[in-house]
Amino acid sequence: MSGPSRMMPSGVTGRGMMLLVLAALGLVIAPFVADRYLVSVLTTVLWFAYVGQAWNVMMGFSGLLSLGHALYVGLGAYVSAALFVHFGIGPWAGMVLAMLVAVVAGCVIGFLGFRFGVKGVHFALLTIAFAEVARIGFDHITWVGGSGGFFLPVEAGASDPLNLRGSPVLFYYVALALVVGALFLSRALLHSRLGYQWLAVREEPDAAEASGVDLFRARMTAVAVSSALTALGGVFQAFYFNNLFPEQVFSMGRSIEIILPAIVGGIGTLVGPILGAFILTPLGEALTFLIEAGGLDLPGLKQLFYGAALVVIVVFRPEGVWPWLARRLGLVRQPGEGA
Amino acid sequence: MAALLEVERLSKRFRGLKAVSEVSFSVPEGRILALIGPNGAGKTTTFNLIAGVFPPDEGRVTLKGRNLTGLKPNQVCTAGIGRTFQIVKPFGQLTVEDNVVVGALARERSVEAARVQARAVLERLELADQANRPARSLTLPDRKRLEVARALATRPTLLLLDEVLAGLRPTEVDRMVEVLRDLNRREGLTILMIEHVMRAVMALSDRVVVLDHGEKIADGAPAEVVADPRVVESYLGAEALE
Ligand SMILES: Nc1ncnc2c1ncn2[C@@H]1O[C@H](COP(=O)(O)OP(=O)(O)OP(=O)(O)O)[C@@H](O)[C@H]1O
Ligand SMILES: [Mg+2]
Repeated sequence: MSGPSRMMPSGVTGRGMMLLVLAALGLVIAPFVADRYLVSVLTTVLWFAYVGQAWNVMMGFSGLLSLGHALYVGLGAYVSAALFVHFGIGPWAGMVLAMLVAVVAGCVIGFLGFRFGVKGVHFALLTIAFAEVARIGFDHITWVGGSGGFFLPVEAGASDPLNLRGSPVLFYYVALALVVGALFLSRALLHSRLGYQWLAVREEPDAAEASGVDLFRARMTAVAVSSALTALGGVFQAFYFNNLFPEQVFSMGRSIEIILPAIVGGIGTLVGPILGAFILTPLGEALTFLIEAGGLDLPGLKQLFYGAALVVIVVFRPEGVWPWLARRLGLVRQPGEGA
Repeated sequence: MAALLEVERLSKRFRGLKAVSEVSFSVPEGRILALIGPNGAGKTTTFNLIAGVFPPDEGRVTLKGRNLTGLKPNQVCTAGIGRTFQIVKPFGQLTVEDNVVVGALARERSVEAARVQARAVLERLELADQANRPARSLTLPDRKRLEVARALATRPTLLLLDEVLAGLRPTEVDRMVEVLRDLNRREGLTILMIEHVMRAVMALSDRVVVLDHGEKIADGAPAEVVADPRVVESYLGAEALE
């Protein structure tokens, strides 16, 4: 019964619901019909959809711009990988500590930002600063390989789901589960008291505070939830790729890649980050393919493409693709059509 | 009669400027008190000091004997003071109803209970037919109503209204005056209102406090205050010339 302007699932029409179910079904059977390459592309899509959803909790729900989410990916990845390599602790147990470490890091940033009134762009700079410190710092932590990289043992043909060792299809389904889980969690959060308070804080902090919302608490919980979810994405990444380099995991470029799906799909919406990932990643792949086929070797062309895509979106669909698409295809009820 | 709100020697400077200087007054329980004065007199600043937006340089604010000085706005809200903003601050992307739900959540744990309450408040402020529209699409008079609705949904014992009648047409002013009078009479809600619309001030208030250049220059029954030569000179006279 909530307002359609919030893109709540309760505002989804029958047609929207049908499309959602079809998409879910398609994703479940995809590995049976798709080849290895396509499965790997889809896994990447799902990974970006997932971390985009995690980022969306901060920016989309609570209005907190983080440009350093690679920090939480990296911490999640390194903590779980270190536990596995050094102590033989599998990722299912390791992810608890991985999330905890990321939450602590997020809360330190949040505390500094919110206690001392660091707002907007300056808060974003703070998040970048922490990610950069981690990037440079991990270069020197030899216990996890330093700048030379950290590697997880790989056994060909191993199938040990309890330790997240197995075929690409296993990882595909884990990534799918993460996306679905994050979707239901985001939806539940938006429906909760906390969710309403987040939106109020995002829209008009002074009025939220006057309505009894503890700004500091609301913002800290948003950071905690977002960083914990993002760290899970890091755990996945460590066990999927089996190698970690500080220069990559903590890079500014990675932080940007994480926020693009939500911006393209629609910040603050439930479906936006997922749709955004399904648009951007395949386009990026196609571009890489074309570049290679054409024998062109222009480093940075993909980044240039992402930049151009961003400009197009910001200029023509500043709300993102999803709100527009949902309106055009009648997937959600419009204001005034009744709840 | 017991005072609900007690404001004692409240002072606030912005750099050199004395925005509020040693202002004292009290609002008796169940009454409507109007705060008037020319532009820049320090009325909104007084509200902000009561609501905890910033701490006073000096002075004290108490509600039912409880010291509120130095509390944060959300704590002041929980303590029982609801406020509106002169420059309206709706949660623009949320629906009108969800705006009020946020207010109701100040007392309610459950969203469902908050929604039930929000609907009742919307009904009362004649906003029910706009419930599902995004708040940003409302006209100014409706936004003013929404400010009142959201503040009311926090179930305050004292309601602070900052020029909620400004920009309304005469018929709309009358309707709002009726709503406020009703809230006061039937539910015993105490109201402290900043208002320039003298017709409403005279119709509603039991007492009037006048500020000028941050200082209190008059405090009394409405009829007495409007006859006060200082008030006529600094405020009402100027108003008449406009
Ligand atoms: N946050 C602030 N920082 C600096 N100066 C301020 C601030 N808030 C108010 N002032 C100044 O304090 C003085 C009193 O302002 P205030 O808003 O309280 O007046 P007011 O009586 O509400 O006027 P109006 O009828 O125009 O709303 C003004 O000179 C104003 O410029
Ligand atoms: Mg004012």
